[in-house]
Amino acid sequence: MTTESGADSEAKQPQDNKETEKKKTKAAADSTPLPEQLPAAVGHSTPAKKEQEHQEEDQTSHRSSISHLSKSPLRGVKKPKIMQCKVTLLDGSDYTLDVEKRTKGQLLFDKICDSLNLLEKDYFGITYKDVENQKNWLDPSKELKKQVKTGPWNFAFNVKFYPPDPSQLAEDITRYYLCLQLRDDVVSGRLPCSFATHTVLGSYTVQSELGDYDPEELGSDYISELRFAPNQTKELEEKVVELHKTYKGMTPAEAEMHFLENAKKLSMYGVDLHHAKDSEGVEIMLGVCASGLLIYRDRLRINRFAWPKILKISYKRNNFYIKIRPGEFEQFESTIGFKLPNHRAAKRLWKVCVEHHTFFRLVSPEAPPKKLLSLGSKFRYSGRTQAQTRRASSQIIRPAPFFERSASKRYTMSRSLDGAPIMENHETLMKDSATDGAAKVFAKGDIITTVTTEEKKGEEEKSEQEDSKMDQETPDAAAVRGLRHDTKDTEPPVEVVKHQTNISELKRSFLETDSGAAGLTEWEKRLSSSPAHSPRADEAPMIEPLDLQDNKDEQPAEDETEKPVEPKATEATGYLVKYVVDSVVTEGATSSGPRGISPSTTVDDDVFTDGTLREVEGKTPDSEGLMVRVSPGAVRQEVTQAIIDKKGTLIILKEEKVDTGDKEISLTGEKEVFALPRAVDAEKFDLVLSSKDKDTGKEDVFAFESHMTLIKTVGPKTDMKADDLTQIKSTDSPKKAMASWISEETKAGASEFICTTTCEIKETKTSDGPQQKENLFNLEGLAQFKQLKTHLTQNAVFDSSSSSLEVSTLGWVSSPGKTSADSEQKAAETSVTEATPEKDLDVSDAASKEMPVVHTETKTITYESAEVDTNGDVDPGVLLSAQTITSETTSTTTTTHITKTVKGGISETRIEKRIVITGDTEIDHDEALAQAIKEAKEQHPDMSVTKVVVHKETEITPEEGED
Amino acid sequence: MASRIADFGRYTHAIVRGIPASLAKEALRSCPSEVDVVQARREHEKYQEILRTTFGLEVVELPADESLPDCVFVEDAAVVCGDTALITRPGAESRRGETKAMKEALEALNMNVVEMTDENATLDGGDVLFTGQEFFVGLSKRTNQRGAEILADVFKDYAVSTVPVQQGLHLKSFCSMGGPGLILVGSSEPAQKALKIMQQMSDHRYDKLVVPDDLAANCIYVNLPDKGHMLLHSTAEMFPESLKVLEQLKDYTLIAASNKEKTKVDGALTCCSVLINKKANISRFITPCTMWTR
Repeated sequence: MTTESGADSEAKQPQDNKETEKKKTKAAADSTPLPEQLPAAVGHSTPAKKEQEHQEEDQTSHRSSISHLSKSPLRGVKKPKIMQCKVTLLDGSDYTLDVEKRTKGQLLFDKICDSLNLLEKDYFGITYKDVENQKNWLDPSKELKKQVKTGPWNFAFNVKFYPPDPSQLAEDITRYYLCLQLRDDVVSGRLPCSFATHTVLGSYTVQSELGDYDPEELGSDYISELRFAPNQTKELEEKVVELHKTYKGMTPAEAEMHFLENAKKLSMYGVDLHHAKDSEGVEIMLGVCASGLLIYRDRLRINRFAWPKILKISYKRNNFYIKIRPGEFEQFESTIGFKLPNHRAAKRLWKVCVEHHTFFRLVSPEAPPKKLLSLGSKFRYSGRTQAQTRRASSQIIRPAPFFERSASKRYTMSRSLDGAPIMENHETLMKDSATDGAAKVFAKGDIITTVTTEEKKGEEEKSEQEDSKMDQETPDAAAVRGLRHDTKDTEPPVEVVKHQTNISELKRSFLETDSGAAGLTEWEKRLSSSPAHSPRADEAPMIEPLDLQDNKDEQPAEDETEKPVEPKATEATGYLVKYVVDSVVTEGATSSGPRGISPSTTVDDDVFTDGTLREVEGKTPDSEGLMVRVSPGAVRQEVTQAIIDKKGTLIILKEEKVDTGDKEISLTGEKEVFALPRAVDAEKFDLVLSSKDKDTGKEDVFAFESHMTLIKTVGPKTDMKADDLTQIKSTDSPKKAMASWISEETKAGASEFICTTTCEIKETKTSDGPQQKENLFNLEGLAQFKQLKTHLTQNAVFDSSSSSLEVSTLGWVSSPGKTSADSEQKAAETSVTEATPEKDLDVSDAASKEMPVVHTETKTITYESAEVDTNGDVDPGVLLSAQTITSETTSTTTTTHITKTVKGGISETRIEKRIVITGDTEIDHDEALAQAIKEAKEQHPDMSVTKVVVHKETEITPEEGED
Repeated sequence: MASRIADFGRYTHAIVRGIPASLAKEALRSCPSEVDVVQARREHEKYQEILRTTFGLEVVELPADESLPDCVFVEDAAVVCGDTALITRPGAESRRGETKAMKEALEALNMNVVEMTDENATLDGGDVLFTGQEFFVGLSKRTNQRGAEILADVFKDYAVSTVPVQQGLHLKSFCSMGGPGLILVGSSEPAQKALKIMQQMSDHRYDKLVVPDDLAANCIYVNLPDKGHMLLHSTAEMFPESLKVLEQLKDYTLIAASNKEKTKVDGALTCCSVLINKKANISRFITPCTMWTR
C-alpha cells in the first residue's frame, strides 16, 4: 500500500498523481490556488476548471462513502481506495502495483511503459478481461474502476497496433517487445503459420534468447524448453536447431529483426479477429487490421474493405454496420451488417475499428464529437497516430537502452514463476536509466513513498519550469498554448493524453537524468522544442496555430485586436498550410482523414482504392511505380493546416472524378493550384516555400516541391493586397516535404469593395438569414471582438459551366461580393460581409445592412487541385441539376451546393460546400475547418476535394488603427 | 517481400505428363473439337524442351495414362508452394485418378505432401493463382469453397481469397502471373471483373497487363538468375494482338510455345506443368525484406 500522502495526492488528481505529489505537501494545505500554480506546461491542456472539478467530485464521493470519518484538516483529503493491479507483461512475468481506484488507464499504462523502459509506446496497450472473459482494451482516458467492474484487477500488457513495418521502429527494445507479443500470438495459434515458418521464427527466437548455438553450454535438449508452435513436434525442434546452428554471430537484435521481417508477412499478422455472422447467419470472422476490415469464412478471405472504402462504421445492439462507398458500377452506398454475439462484442469491434482506423489512416486523432450534438458513443482514439508516433520516434536519440532478454518464461516447460526473477528483471531494466535508488523503487511501481516524493518534487519542478520557460521562449510554445486555448473545453481526450505525456516526461527525466541535471532528457527536449515533434503538438490536431502571441491565454479577448496593429508581421501567421507529401500510398492521409484537403491526398486515396492494381499498359512496372509514388522510401503523406485566426471561413469544393477510362491514377494531384484572390496573374512555378515570419523559424518548414499555380485575382476595387508570401527553402528534412503558405491581405476600404461586388451576385439566399441567428447570439456577448465574416469562393470551372448557381451571401450583415476572374480560366469569388461590432440581434436588420461600419481585414486562401485545370471550362456542359442544402450548428453554417452537369458525355457532380464559421475566441476554427473537411470527405468519399478556400475576415478595431 | 519477389519465378524442377491417345476423344472440353493427338504431342515435346533447356529445369515426366485422358494437365492435380505440395481433389470426377502419380512424384522429390481428402472439397490447380504474396482461388465449376478452405489451411502463411469465376474453365484461363507483382489478364468482362475482385481483396499492390485475348493471358513466368525475366507465351499465330501487348514488357525474354491442340481441350500453358523450387524451402524467409509497402 502506498503511504498516506502518496495516496492522498492520487486521490486529488487521479490522472496525474505525479503532478500532485509534487504539489501535495504544500499545495494540499492551500489547494484552492492549486490550479493557478500549475506551471503553464502542465496546465496547458488541463484548464483550472477541470482540476477543480476533480476535486469537487472527489469530495462529493468522499462525503457519501466515508462520511463517518473525521474530516482531515487538509481540504480534499480522504482515504483513497487503493487497488492492486497485476499486469501480465509480454515476457509472461507479472508486474504489480498499487493504484488509487480512480486512477485512469493512462497512468497505469505509463507506469508500465516506464518500467519497461519503452518509449515507442503508442503501439501498445493494456487489456483486461470483462465479465464474459473477453479481452478489452483499457481506455486510457477512463478510470480503471469504471472499466474493470468485477474481479481482481488483472491486466495484460499487449501490442495493440502491429506496425506493418517493424523495421521502422526506432528502437530495438520496442522490437523486442513486439517479438514477445508475436511469439505468444504464434504459440497460441492466433497467428497461424506453416511448419516452415514455425521453424524459422523459432530459430530466430532461440538465437535472440540464447545466443549462438553451443551444445556444450546449452545442453542437448535446450530446444524443447522453448515453445515455438501450438503443436510443437520433435521434428520442428530439430529443424529449429538446424537453423539455429547457422546463425553464429547474429546479435539478439538482428535475430529479432529477422523474426519480425518474417512474421509481418504472415497474412494474419496484426489482424484482430472477431466472431460474427453475416446477414444470412453464416459464421464468419471480422478481422481488423492496419489496412481495413477483412471478412473471413474459416480461413478464407471472402471480402475485404480497405479503410478508404468504408464510409462509416457503427453498431446498434449486437449489430455492427459498415457503410461502403459505392463501387465502380454502383450508384449508391451500401450498408453491410454483421451480427455479433452480443452488444458488448459489437461495441468492442466498433471501438477497435475506430482505433485502428485512426491510428493507421489518420494523421492525427479526431476530436470526439461534441457533447451536445452527438448521439452515439463519444469514444474516439485519443492516442497518437502512427504518423505521429513515427515522427516522435525519429527523435529518439537516447543510446540504445540495455535490456535483458529474459528467457520467455511463459513458454518454458518448467515454470518457476516466483516473484524474485521478475523483480530482478525489472531492476535490470531500470539500471541504465535510473541513477538512484529512489527511482528504482518508483519504477517498480510498488510504492510511492514520501521520501521519493520530496525528491521528485524538486526534479519535477525544475523540469516544469524548464517546460514553461520553453513555452515562453519558443514559438512552438505559443502553438501549444494556442491549442490549449482552443481545446479547452472541447477535447477531453486530448487533454488526457497531453497530461500523460507530461507525466511520463517528468518521470522519465527523473529516472534518466543525473541527479544534478534537472529537466528533460535529450529526447524530450527535442520533442518539446519543436512543434512538429513535440509530444503535445503531436497529439494536437494537425491544424496548429502558429500564432506567436503569448497573450492568448491570458487575454484571449485581446489577441485578435492586437493583430491588426502590425498586420504584416503578426497576421502573416494567420494561416499555415503544410503539406508533407510522401508517398507510401496506403498509409497516407486519406480521404477519411480530417485534413485530407490536399489533392495529393486525393491521389493517394485513389491509388489505394482504385490503383491497387496499377495499370501498366505500355509501361514497365517499375516506371509506373515510380510515377505513382513520389518517393517510395518515404512514409506518408500528411497534410496539415494551421489556421490561427479566430475567424475564418472555408469552402470546400468537391469534384467528382469521373472515371473516364482505365487510367485511374492521375498524377495531377501532385499539382496544386493556389489561388489568392485578388492579384492578377497566374504564374506557375516550382515551389518550395514555407511559411514564416517570425521567430518560429524552425522545423515547421519543410520543402515541398510541386507545381503550383498561384492565381491572384483582382478585385475591382479593393485595396487588398497579398503580401507576406514568403518562400523559404528548408533543408530540415529531406524526406519530408512540406510547404507552407501564408498570405495576408489587408483591406482598408471595405465598403468600396462591397459595393462593387454586390452587384455581381446573382442570387441571394434568403435562407441564410435565419441560420445566422445563432451566430448572432453567439456573438452578442462578444461585440468587441471582431465579428467574423465569411465568404467563399468558387472556381471558374464551376462558374462557367453553370453560371446559374447562386452565390450566396453568408452574413447577416453581409454583402457578398464577387470579383471577376482574371485572364486564366479561374475565378475566385469573394464575398465580404460586414458586421457591426456592437449589435446584431436583429437579424433582418442586420441582413439588410449594406454599409459596413467596421473595417475588416480579410484573408482568402484557396487551395485547389490542378484537376480543375485539366477539366477546363472549354465545354461548359449541360447543367442537369442543382441542389442546395443548408445545415447549421451553433457556430457554423454549412451550405452545400450540388450540381450535376454533363460535359462531353461525362457526367460530373460538383459539390460546393461553404461553411461559415462565425466566431470568436470560443470557437476553434482550426478544428472546425478540419471537421468540415473531414465531414465532406466522409460524406462524399468518392469525390475529391479540388479546392479549399479559406477566407477570413477580421475586424480592425478602431483603436488599433487601420492597417 | 523482397525475398518473396526475388524468389518469384525461380524453379528447379518441373513435373509434366505424357499425352494419352484418349485425349483426342475423351478429354473434357468446353466446346466440341477435333484434336490431333500427334500434333498435340509434338507441341508438348516442344514445351518440355523449353522447360528443360531454356529454363534449365529438371523435368520429371510422368507416363501418360490412357484411362486418364486429361492427365497431361498436371497443374490441376497439385498446388506447390515452397516445400509444400497440396494434392488436390479435382473437380471433374474423371480426373481424380490423376493425383496418384503426382503424389508419388512429389514425394519422390521430398516435398512436404498434403492430400486433400475431404469428400466435399474440390479444387483444380488451374483455379489457384499464387502471386508470390498470396493466393487467389477461383470458385469455378471445378473448385468449391471447401477446396479453397483446405488450401488456406495448408498454406497458412498466406492470405487466401476466393474469386468467383464466371466464365472460362479456371481462374487461370484468363490470367496468370507475368512477373513479381504483375498480373496478366484478359480483356473480357468476366476477366476484368475477377481482377477487380482480386484487387479489392488484396493488401498488396499489383500491376496488371491486359491482353486482348483471355487465353493469351495464361503464360508461364520464370526468373532465371542469369537470364532474368522469361515469359513463355502462346504463339503470335494464335494471338497476334496479345503478343503485341506482351512485347511491351521491357527486359523480358519472350518465348513462344504453340499450344493450339491443347487449347482445344481447354489446356493452357500453365496447365501442362507443375513447377517446383526445391531450393526455395525456407530460404525466402531469410533475407530481410524492404519492399513491404504497408
